[in-house]
Amino acid sequence: MRATGLKLAGVAAVVAVGGILIGFYVSGWLVGNTTPYTPAAQTTGATKSVNLTLQTVAAVGPTLAPHPDWVSYLVRDSSGHWRRTTVFTLPAHALVHVTIYNFDGASGLRNPFLGEPQGLVGKEVVDGKPVTAFAPDQPSHTFAVPELGVLVPIAPVADDAKNPCGYAPCAMSMAHRTITFTFRTGKAGRYRWQCFVPCAAGFLYGFGGPMQSVGYMDGFLNVV
Amino acid sequence: MSTANHGKRFLIAFVVLSVIATPLVAVFVGPHLPPGNASTQAHEQVFDNTWLLAIMTPPAIFVVLLLGYMLVNFRSRSEAIVDGPPIRGDLKIQTLWMILTSATVLFLAGFGSYELVQSGSGGGEGPSPAFQPAGYTRAMDVQVIAQQWEFTYRYPTYGGVEVPHLVLPAHTLIRLHVTSLDAIHSFWAYQLGVKADANPGVDNVAYVRTKGPTTFDIHCAELCGLWHGYMFDTGQVVDGAQFASWIKRQQSYFAPLKQYLPKYATSYLPDPQDRAG
Repeated sequence: MRATGLKLAGVAAVVAVGGILIGFYVSGWLVGNTTPYTPAAQTTGATKSVNLTLQTVAAVGPTLAPHPDWVSYLVRDSSGHWRRTTVFTLPAHALVHVTIYNFDGASGLRNPFLGEPQGLVGKEVVDGKPVTAFAPDQPSHTFAVPELGVLVPIAPVADDAKNPCGYAPCAMSMAHRTITFTFRTGKAGRYRWQCFVPCAAGFLYGFGGPMQSVGYMDGFLNVV
Repeated sequence: MSTANHGKRFLIAFVVLSVIATPLVAVFVGPHLPPGNASTQAHEQVFDNTWLLAIMTPPAIFVVLLLGYMLVNFRSRSEAIVDGPPIRGDLKIQTLWMILTSATVLFLAGFGSYELVQSGSGGGEGPSPAFQPAGYTRAMDVQVIAQQWEFTYRYPTYGGVEVPHLVLPAHTLIRLHVTSLDAIHSFWAYQLGVKADANPGVDNVAYVRTKGPTTFDIHCAELCGLWHGYMFDTGQVVDGAQFASWIKRQQSYFAPLKQYLPKYATSYLPDPQDRAG
């Protein structure tokens, strides 16, 4: 009787440990093993603000990710290096000044409604010019935080642009568009952000792989 | 005690407890059952759930009481392991059991069908609803568009304007047209008692008659990918004047998009050839 009880306890322990390991594996796969990036905050009067500089690339390349052909966002850290993480820690009720260098071409939206910038402080500016809406076949990607009402379509690099970037990290001398905008973070919490353009080349309707993985076209804003 | 006395005592206890508990459950628990009272359909669902709970109360009492009665009266009182008395079938009890359970199931089938026929019960009924509520020809159309991972909404009677949040006028019959642009989603407006699958290329119609101003939760109820768990929002029911002012503001705010939105249709099939580079 006692031996049977010990055996049962042993089996239960093995199952529990196995379950925990599987959980770690799945969660690691889901979040893409990305470590959060915390940009330095500045305070002007009562207003906190941070600068966030991102890059969008058609192919992340072999040095930054296990999937070199996947489309991805990258972030520039305080030392000026491009890192592959899409989890950003930001202060609450702060202004976030975002600059995105886009090196990718047009993919287009499935829903044209997502072509209008929304939820910003001021306008979205592309290459120095404010924009009010994009034609649905234009956006290369979007930077969207639905819970904050933030939606920013990303202007594409022209198909016939000279010196296009093959693999990330892309040099600033290569063909790119510069998108700037500002949004407010709101109260503390964990907000997901995502790309709404089905830009995952090689996947059914462009919705697989990097569109379904944190660390590429999806991420979190940890607002603290 | 003889077997007959056990039976009589159990039966009396069961009947007394059922007669007391069933109305108590219906009166005191019923009104607090989901999904609430934010729409006519939700109210009807609470009514249905109250009936179901009341009907299941006697069987639940039967099971729990029988278990307790057995444990108390027929437990082994010694360490010795002995066979219990042989169990024999009883035709009368078996027949009664068959009659009671069949009657209950048939009643529930009839009751459920009647409730469904009245107004569709807030469920998606496909492109040609078989069950339409009274006054459905004057219902206001609102389209729910699901996509990975957000719901957006179009108002065909207001120029087809599309918005990111659902706002509905109070005391109005709404005809929701639920569709999807990519994967299968499910539009679940919990407090309104509405749940309808969102399939690409399909116009899934669900009716809801709003009551007074309130807020309600919206969730996707179909596992649809990475951010399924984040595909939620809060909708609002507002009075008529507020709704008129809100929709006017939306038309103005989203005016730059008007030239790019497709003509209103009951479903959309974006061309996949243009996507993914």
